[in-house]
Amino acid sequence: MTIEDRLGAVILAALVLYALSGGADYGGGMWDLLASGPRASRQRAAIEHAIGPIWEANHVWLILIIVVLFTAFPPAFATSMTALHIPMTAVLIGIVLRGSAFVFRRYDARHDAVHRRWTTLFGAASFFTPFLLGLCLGALASGEIRVVDGRVASGFFAGWTTPFAFACGLFALGLFAFLAATYLTVDTEGEPDLQDDFRTRALIAGVVLAPMAALTFVLARNGAPAIFARLTSWWAPWLVAVTSVCAIGALLSLWYRRFHLARGAAVGQVASILVGWGLAQYPHLVIPDLTLTNAATASSTLHALQSALTVGAVVLFPAFGYLFYVFKRPGSASSSGEVS
Amino acid sequence: MTDLDFARSQMALSLAFHIVFAAVGVGMPLLMTVAEALYLRRRDPVCLDLARRWASGTAILFAVGAVSGTVLSFELGLLWPQFMEYAGGIIGMPFSLEGFAFFTEAIFLGIYLYGWDRIPPLLHWLAGGVVAVSSLLSAIFVVTANAWMNAPAGFTVVDGRVTNVDPIAAMLNPASTNQVVHMVLAAYVATGFVVAGVHAFFLLRDRASAFHRHALGIALGVGALAIPLQIVSGDAISRMVAARQPAKLAAMEAHYHTQAGAPLTIGGIPDDAAMTTRYGLRIPKALSLLVARDPGASVRGLDSIPRDEWPPTRIVHWAFDLMVGAGFAMLAIAVWAAWLAWRRRRVPDERWLLRALVVAAPLGLIAIEAGWTVTEVGRQPWIIHGVMRTADAVTPMRALAVPFITFTVVYIFLSVVLVYLLRRQFIETDPRAMPEPRSRRGSVA
Repeated sequence: MTIEDRLGAVILAALVLYALSGGADYGGGMWDLLASGPRASRQRAAIEHAIGPIWEANHVWLILIIVVLFTAFPPAFATSMTALHIPMTAVLIGIVLRGSAFVFRRYDARHDAVHRRWTTLFGAASFFTPFLLGLCLGALASGEIRVVDGRVASGFFAGWTTPFAFACGLFALGLFAFLAATYLTVDTEGEPDLQDDFRTRALIAGVVLAPMAALTFVLARNGAPAIFARLTSWWAPWLVAVTSVCAIGALLSLWYRRFHLARGAAVGQVASILVGWGLAQYPHLVIPDLTLTNAATASSTLHALQSALTVGAVVLFPAFGYLFYVFKRPGSASSSGEVS
Repeated sequence: MTDLDFARSQMALSLAFHIVFAAVGVGMPLLMTVAEALYLRRRDPVCLDLARRWASGTAILFAVGAVSGTVLSFELGLLWPQFMEYAGGIIGMPFSLEGFAFFTEAIFLGIYLYGWDRIPPLLHWLAGGVVAVSSLLSAIFVVTANAWMNAPAGFTVVDGRVTNVDPIAAMLNPASTNQVVHMVLAAYVATGFVVAGVHAFFLLRDRASAFHRHALGIALGVGALAIPLQIVSGDAISRMVAARQPAKLAAMEAHYHTQAGAPLTIGGIPDDAAMTTRYGLRIPKALSLLVARDPGASVRGLDSIPRDEWPPTRIVHWAFDLMVGAGFAMLAIAVWAAWLAWRRRRVPDERWLLRALVVAAPLGLIAIEAGWTVTEVGRQPWIIHGVMRTADAVTPMRALAVPFITFTVVYIFLSVVLVYLLRRQFIETDPRAMPEPRSRRGSVA
């Protein structure tokens, strides 16, 4: 494994962690907007309680992906930010509005009208931001973004305006909604009625996910031929098998109310989907012109970055462990001392 | 306006918005941990109240700082892809390190804000300390990247291609130390004065309030200690600029003609066409004295710089004077407050001092905005000093007016909401009406 491959693997790993943590926070926002029934306000409280302490830390995975990309593979960063200028700008607006609305709602008065407006903004941004992120990933895989003499030659609409990219965006929405609802069944332990609400939501999202996955797969034949071709490699059947086992396992565990097991299976499902996408994309960053090798910067920087990431990981993972220990350990849901 | 102008305006807007939260994000954790330390030592509930209230303010500001900082990391590529393609491999390192510092900050701020009764008091205080240190590290790393744009180092260019990249040397470029010290002190000065101003306002209404008296003491202490150091740091940085970026210094001082025994020009209207500054206050030989410690020394003027490499003189000169003026005004107030505190042996609460503090509240933030204007506009037309022009770095994307206007509207909206919310946090509610530490989660609903 070359150093370029290792740094590529770091980006993929950060992407998986972002999906599992930040992605679930987006999903939480979606269920916040869709909160309904007699327990709507309690559903919202449970969601706020679940993501409040951790969403900012979860969000930093996205920043890490960006900085590692522009430090190690500057042409890939420059190309994707040029070709995807329009959807990426929209992503930024979504990120700003979502984060602000969440914290404003928390510290604002509980007047109903204003409160509802923040809730709507937070929820709406939780839908369109991950949709656009999925769209952008689909565009990078499409093979339509072309680079000639170090400049983007395919204009500002290539890749992301295709049915395949839209399917990727919808698939990201479905995955995150499923993930969040599954997490929330664990977070609401001790409140059986709420737990049932989220169980129902997780089951619906999990079932809807299957045709969405199939649609994305079918559209990939024309929308992302390079990826589609790679799915005939030796590892592809294994990965499909693992993903399917996780998906079915998650649904069955939800059905039989084995919520911790369901959470584990959902994590496995999302991780294996993204790893599969990463393997199919390998060694390309932007298909077909930019690879981990031809977009890599000077090796002195790659090695310095690798050392920095190693030291950073040593600091980071214990800190994250502590954060989740404090707020997500069994029983931590029963009391909270936040200043509101 | 051209697309380049819109790109620059959008970047300037994003930076000007973010820098407020970044600076206060460095200063507030220090204030809140000092308050909590006082509580742990003296068991004074007022100090705990203060730590919690400051933490609430920090939470709001940090969230907006986090998302507006994310915007900037994307905008580097969205607006300046050619710059990032050239510089990413050289100067990406400090951004990566800043990523980890930011991670640490976000994790421990989450623990601090939501962990009041979940972890032991000492650990809780330590979590606040980690937030203060990691926010400081974030600021240090990100400012080294900006310093590199002023003093590029750590690479060589052979036949137009970048080689011999040394990311550590790039990070430790000649401008780094000066710029880092100046920015960190600026963050403490600005936070100290803005918080002192808020609490001075309440003390004027209710002079018996122990809450506001404690708050004023801590905030003013931080601001007043930092401001004299900041003046010294400012002197050091201007001499460095004189040596490395003579065009920037000449624009800062509206100094057109290279001459020995150069005068210092304060204010006035610089006129590039006539190469003179009208109506300015001139102090003979002062510029030579400041820059070279020698009243007879020669100081390079704009006439020694090719015309197409001049920064916009008026903006840079006025921003510089605004920054220096704000700095000295704060220094004067700090000296006054220190004198009163020494005479009375307690937190000074003379009516006129409090009034002055209220008026001076925004001066630190104004100085930061003006100072960044000096360093960024003063570097023009370069994006990397002497290496790459801003015009060559901009994205080929057209219609950049659209994102510029969109972000302007969003940021204005957020500013209005923020001011309203922070007012509510500090003005319209009684500080004693805080929820008890043991409040149940029903309060979230």
